[in-house]
Amino acid sequence: MVIKIIRDFFKRIFTEIFEKKKDIVLGFYGPPNAGKTSLANRICKDWTGEELGTVSRIPHETRKVQFKEKVDIKYKENSLVFKLIDTPGIATKIDYEDFLKFKIKKRDAKQRAKEATQGVIEAIKWLDDVDAVVVVLDSTQNPYSQVNITIIGNLVARKIPVLIVANKIDMKKSDLKRCEAAFPEYDVVGLSAKYGTNMEEFYESLFRLTKKVKKRK
Amino acid sequence: MAKTKLILSFIPYADIAKLDSQKRIKKILDIILKGRIVILQGRLNPVEEASLIQSTMALVGRVKDFRGVELAVINPSEKEAFFEKIKTNLARVLIGQRDALTVIGPASVVKEIKRDPSKVELMFKK
Repeated sequence: MVIKIIRDFFKRIFTEIFEKKKDIVLGFYGPPNAGKTSLANRICKDWTGEELGTVSRIPHETRKVQFKEKVDIKYKENSLVFKLIDTPGIATKIDYEDFLKFKIKKRDAKQRAKEATQGVIEAIKWLDDVDAVVVVLDSTQNPYSQVNITIIGNLVARKIPVLIVANKIDMKKSDLKRCEAAFPEYDVVGLSAKYGTNMEEFYESLFRLTKKVKKRK
Repeated sequence: MAKTKLILSFIPYADIAKLDSQKRIKKILDIILKGRIVILQGRLNPVEEASLIQSTMALVGRVKDFRGVELAVINPSEKEAFFEKIKTNLARVLIGQRDALTVIGPASVVKEIKRDPSKVELMFKK
């Protein structure tokens, strides 16, 4: 009996130490063209010197889940290692004709749409494998879209900690207050991934978010 | 001038209450694939909504002229802080909310569903 208690005690201590050393799997979710890859690139460039993926003004540029392992982020005296998961934008509809506006050939547009649909399916599957999520929204768009509601609803249902980023605050149409009003329960950080504006506040919020991850484990 | 028919199909909550998630989604998508707009009494839970999106994406490109869906949930008791409700009343969300209405239509018929805290606007394609 005593041996069992001692064994369980050491097992628990060892497990806790081991788990703390595990990289935090951080997913980037949101609608298409909100700037998920731009933000992931910004973080990767800040801490690894390399980018994660290509960005484009054409929606659904990211059509496969992209990873960056061992991203060591430092904030004040703390340091955490992340595995970044950049996911394709989640949409309820994908029309190849929307890509034709960007002067893409019909055949390529159809292929892009096909890959984008697979990307959405893959992105949703990955919800089971992330420790925390940064939901990236375009602050120039209406935040009350059903896709945003569905993403956040799923994260709540799965008890995954969420940080909301209102991206593109450098743009004239940006409305950060509207994003904050839509998500009063959540930490909403306004930033510009393109220009790196307000990244300091983002990292501060990210480290706050990781405390909730540890509680989950 | 040619007239186009717009058919709305109402699904009472009782019709889906006893169905499992897969059957609920199938029932909704079967109607949508006929080019109709579904008005569902209640709402799917968030995980079902994600499954609906996955099933929809699997059909895009496989079913002729199907480009996906437009989806919106209207909850009369929700105003600007409807996310609060999701968090604080999760159990209720998970089993479905009868007082909500879910509007789901084929993207080729419904151009856009604009939603703000107090209203929902459906814009149809001509």
